[in-house]
Amino acid sequence: MIKALPPALVAFLLLLPPLVCSNYWLDVLNAIGVSAILAFSLNLIVGQAGMFHMGHAAFCAVGAYTTAIMNTALGTPVLWTMPLAGMAAGFFALLVARPIIHLRGDYLLLVTIGIVEIVRIALTQDIFGLTGGANGIAGIDRPYIFGFRIYKPSHFYWLIWGMAGVTIVLFSYLERSRFGRALNYIREDNLAADGIGINSAAYKLGAFVLGAFWAGMVGTILVSKMTFVSPAFFTFWESVVLFVIVILGGAGNLKGVLLGAFLVTGLPEAFRDFEGMRMFCYGAAVILLMIFRPGGLLPSRPGDYNVAEFMKKLAGPAPNPRSGEDKRP
Amino acid sequence: MIVLSLRNLVKTFGGLVAVASASFDVEDGSIVGLIGPNGAGKTTIFNLITGNLTPDAGEIFFTNHSIKGLAPHRIVANGIARTFQTIRLFENMTVLENVLAGRHCRMRAGMLSSLLRLPRQRREEKLALKHCLEELDFVGMVDQRQNLARNLAYGSQRLLEIARALATEPRLLILDEPAGGMNEQETGSLIDLIRAIQARGISILLIEHDMSLVMEVCKKLVVLEYGGVIAAGPPEVIKNDPKVIEAYLGQDLDDL
Repeated sequence: MIKALPPALVAFLLLLPPLVCSNYWLDVLNAIGVSAILAFSLNLIVGQAGMFHMGHAAFCAVGAYTTAIMNTALGTPVLWTMPLAGMAAGFFALLVARPIIHLRGDYLLLVTIGIVEIVRIALTQDIFGLTGGANGIAGIDRPYIFGFRIYKPSHFYWLIWGMAGVTIVLFSYLERSRFGRALNYIREDNLAADGIGINSAAYKLGAFVLGAFWAGMVGTILVSKMTFVSPAFFTFWESVVLFVIVILGGAGNLKGVLLGAFLVTGLPEAFRDFEGMRMFCYGAAVILLMIFRPGGLLPSRPGDYNVAEFMKKLAGPAPNPRSGEDKRP
Repeated sequence: MIVLSLRNLVKTFGGLVAVASASFDVEDGSIVGLIGPNGAGKTTIFNLITGNLTPDAGEIFFTNHSIKGLAPHRIVANGIARTFQTIRLFENMTVLENVLAGRHCRMRAGMLSSLLRLPRQRREEKLALKHCLEELDFVGMVDQRQNLARNLAYGSQRLLEIARALATEPRLLILDEPAGGMNEQETGSLIDLIRAIQARGISILLIEHDMSLVMEVCKKLVVLEYGGVIAAGPPEVIKNDPKVIEAYLGQDLDDL
C-alpha cells in the first residue's frame, strides 16, 4: 500500500501539467521528457554496463535523419518511421561499436567523442546528397495517431511522457533480468564475468545496439516536434549533457536518471535569468557530487529478489547440505 | 573415464617458458591437486584450461572433446567452472546476484524477452532463483543472500565464489587456492565442502599451498616445476618422491 503510493503520486502529478501549465512550461516539460528518454537509453550503456560513452547524440541523429528523409522524400507517415529510425540507429551502433567494444574506460570515451563529431560533420557536408548540409531538412510532417494530428505542446506532452513511461517500465524489467544482470557483472568485473560464462563482448554490443535503437526512436519524436532537423541538434555538447544527466542523477538507477533529467534540462529553464552561470553550476555540481556522492544523487541499488516461496522449502526438514547427498533430481 | 586431459601443453610469454610440455589427466569424479613452487606455472595452466590464455602448442580435451582456443564463456557452458586466486566477486552486488551470474550460461532469455518480461522468461527467472538459493544453502550462506559481496568476511567470499561456480552446473570445478587466507577452522569446513562437491559427482582440480588440505582431500597430486610435470600420483607416493623433495628445496613436505 505504502509502496504503491509514490508511483501513484507520480502518475497523478504527470496528469496535471496539460491542464494547468502554460505552453511555455509544457515545452520545458517536453524537453525534459526527451532528454529523460535519451538518458534512459544512455544509462543502459553507461550506468548498467559501465562503458564510458559520450557520443549518444550520434545515434539520435541517425534516427532523426532517417525519419526526416523518409518523411520528406517518400512521404512515409512520421510515426511509421519510428521503428525504422530505431533500427537504422541500432545498425549504425552495431557497425561503429563492434571494433571499439573491447576498449577500456577513457579510450572508449575518446572514440565515442570522435563518432559523434564525425556524424555531425558528415551531416553538415550533405553526405550522399540526402541530409541537406548545414541547413538540414525542413518541412517534416506532424505525427498522426489514428488520424489525430499531434501538434500542440500538450499533444506532444502525452506522446513524449507516454513513451517515457513505457521506457521506464521496460527498462526496469530489463534491469532485473538475465540481460540486465549480465551488463552489471561486466561493469563490476569484466574478467570475472567472462570467467563465469558471460559472453561480455556480445552483451556490451547488445547494450550499445539497444541504447542506440531507443535513441533513434527519440530522434523521430524530436524532428516531428520541431518539423525540421539540422546537424546543430546533435553536437558533442548535447552528448555531454546526456552523460551528465546519467552520472549526476545516478548511473544505473532509473529514478536517479529521471531526477537528473529534471535537474539538468529543467533547472536552467527555471532560472533563465542566471543563464550565464549555467556552465559554472554544472561544473560545480558535478565536482561536488563526485567528491561527496560518487554514485550520483540516487546511486544504483542492488537487486531485491522475492525469494520467500523458495525459502520456505529450504527451511523445511531439508537434509544437511554438508551430508554429501545430491540434492538435485 | 577421464574428464580432463592435457597433452604436451606449451605456453611462453616472450622468452619466458611458463608451461613446458605439461601433460596430465583428471579422472572423472576425482579430486586432483596441482602443486609446485611459486612460478612453476600452476595458475598459467588454469588460465589455459579456462580459456583466459591460448596455448602455443598441445591439446586440451574435456570429456574427449578439444576445448583448446574456445572463449572462456564457451568453456563454462561446456562444464568447467572456476574460482579465482585473488577473489573476483561482483562486489557491489548482492550474494544472490553473484550466484545468479553462474546461472547465466544455463539460461536462455534474450534481450527481447527480458525487456517484455515474457512468461517464459519469468518461469526461467524463478527456476534460476530457486537453483541459486539451493547452491547458497549448499555452502551454508543462504542467510546472507541480501548482503553485498564486498561486505562479506574473507572466508565467506571464498565460499561465495564456489557457490557461483557451482551454479553453472559444472562437471569439473577448478579451485585456485581455495584455502588462501582461511584460518584452520575455515579450512576444515572447506575440506568437508570439497568432499560434498565430489559426492555430487563433480570432479575437482585444485591449486593449493596448504599441504594438509592437499594431502587430505586429493586422490592424486600433480607436481609442477619450471612449467613441466615432474611427478604425478597418490599423495603418499608424491611425499617421498626424491625429485619432489628436491623441488621443495629439500624440505619435508609435512613442514610446508
